[in-house]
Amino acid sequence: MIDKKYASLASAVADIHDGATVMVGGFGEAGSPIELIHALIDHGAKDLTVVNNNTGSGHVGLAALIENRQVGKMICSFPRTANSTVFPDLYRANEIELELVPQGTLAERIRAGGAGIPAFYTATKVGTPLAEGFETRVFDGREYVMEYGLTADFALIKCRKADHYGNLVYNKTARNFSPIMATAAKVTIAQAGEFVEAGALDPEVVVTPGIYVNRLVEVTNPQHESELVAAQRSYP
Amino acid sequence: MNDVKKGWSRDEMAQRAALDIPDGSYVNLGIGMPELIAKFVPEGREVIYHTENGLLGMGPAPEPGQENPELINAGKKQVTAIPGAAYFHHADSFTMIRGHHIDICVLGTMQVAENGDLANWSTGAPGAIPAVGGAMDLVAGVETIYVLTQHCTRDGQPKLLETCTFPLTGRGVANRIYTDLAVIDVTSEGFEVIELAPGISFDYVQERTGARLSQDKLKASA
Repeated sequence: MIDKKYASLASAVADIHDGATVMVGGFGEAGSPIELIHALIDHGAKDLTVVNNNTGSGHVGLAALIENRQVGKMICSFPRTANSTVFPDLYRANEIELELVPQGTLAERIRAGGAGIPAFYTATKVGTPLAEGFETRVFDGREYVMEYGLTADFALIKCRKADHYGNLVYNKTARNFSPIMATAAKVTIAQAGEFVEAGALDPEVVVTPGIYVNRLVEVTNPQHESELVAAQRSYP
Repeated sequence: MNDVKKGWSRDEMAQRAALDIPDGSYVNLGIGMPELIAKFVPEGREVIYHTENGLLGMGPAPEPGQENPELINAGKKQVTAIPGAAYFHHADSFTMIRGHHIDICVLGTMQVAENGDLANWSTGAPGAIPAVGGAMDLVAGVETIYVLTQHCTRDGQPKLLETCTFPLTGRGVANRIYTDLAVIDVTSEGFEVIELAPGISFDYVQERTGARLSQDKLKASA
C-alpha cells in the first residue's frame, strides 16, 4: 500500500547526506518550507549545494541554514533581499560560492532537469557578462545561449494540502518553484498544511501529481519568515 | 534639493506611460516607479498585470487586515488578486515572458544606450552582491520594453548614453523611454524625442543626455 506520510520532520530529512544538492521551494518567504529547513539544520548535513531563488532573510529558515555553515554553494537569481545579511557577509568573505542564474533560466533549468532534458537554448542573458564562456548558437538569425538542465538529490517544498499519494495543491503565490523542483529531485519531501483523504482533492485541480512526491510531513500552522524576522527570532 | 524641480513628477511620468498601454494588454511592471503605472490606466481600458512569481491578474496592495504573506509580487510586497486571476508555477510564469506572451514590460534602469542596450542589474562595482532576478528574461522575451526613469542620476549624471558602461541586462532591447523631462523613442537612428515635459526645452534635455537626440518628430508635430 502506498502511504508517503512520515511521522516527523526529522525522519523525513534523516538521509540528506553531506554534499547533497538540495532544491528549496519558495520565493522570498512565500512557499518557504521553514520547518523542513529547520529540521535540516538539526540534522546537520554539510557542504550542501542549495537551489533557491534567494538566500533567505533574517536568521531563520534558509538564512539560518547558510549561517550554520551547512551550505557550500548557492544557485539563485537574487541573493540579496531586505533583511538579508547572512549570505552577503559570507560571499564578501569568500566563504560561500554563488552561481547566479537569471530567474527564468533557473526555472527552465529545473523544468528541463525534471523532464529529462540535459540542455536547451535561450535568448536570456545573450550579450551580458553572465553569458561569458557559454556556448551559443544562432537560430533564425537570433543568438541563443546553451543552458544545462538542473537536477537535485532532494527537494524541500511546502504545500497547502496533500493526500497520502502525494498529490499536492498550493496556496496562492507560495506555489512558485515548488512544482518544478518536485519533478527535478530524486527525493521530494513536502510539508503540508493539511493531510486530506484520497479523493478529497479534485483531480482537475491537483497541481503536483503524487508521482513526483516521495515523503510528506504534516505541519499545521506553518511559520512565516517575515513574522519571525520582525520578532528578531533566530534558529537554532 | 536646491533647484526647483522641473519637468514631470513621478506620478506624472507613470501617468504619461500609462497612456501608451493599450486596452487588453498583458503587462509586467518592474519593481519601484513602474508599479505606479497601475494607478493611472485610463478609464475604459482593461489591463492584466503579470508578476513573475506566478500570478496573472495582480491587483493593488491589500486593505489593512487583508494582508497575506503568501500573496506577494516580484518585489516581495503583499498584493491582491483580481476576480479572474490565475496562479501558476515559475516555469509557466517565465513561459509567458520568454515565449513572447506578455505584451509590454515597463522597467526602471541605471543606464540605457542609443542602440537600446539596457543596464539595470549591476554597477559591476567590486564587493557588490550580484543579483539579476528576472530582468534578463523580461528584456529578452517581451516584445515591447518601456523604460521609466529619471533622466539623470541623483548626482546629475546622464542615464541616456551612447554606450552603457555598466554590465548589460540585454542588447538592443529598449523601445521607448519616459523620463521626468521627455518621452524618447529608441530608433535605428538613435534617440528621438517625441514629447517634452511642460516648460522643458529640447536643448535642456540635450544638455542632460550623453548621446545625440533627434528632434525631427518634435518639429514635424509643432
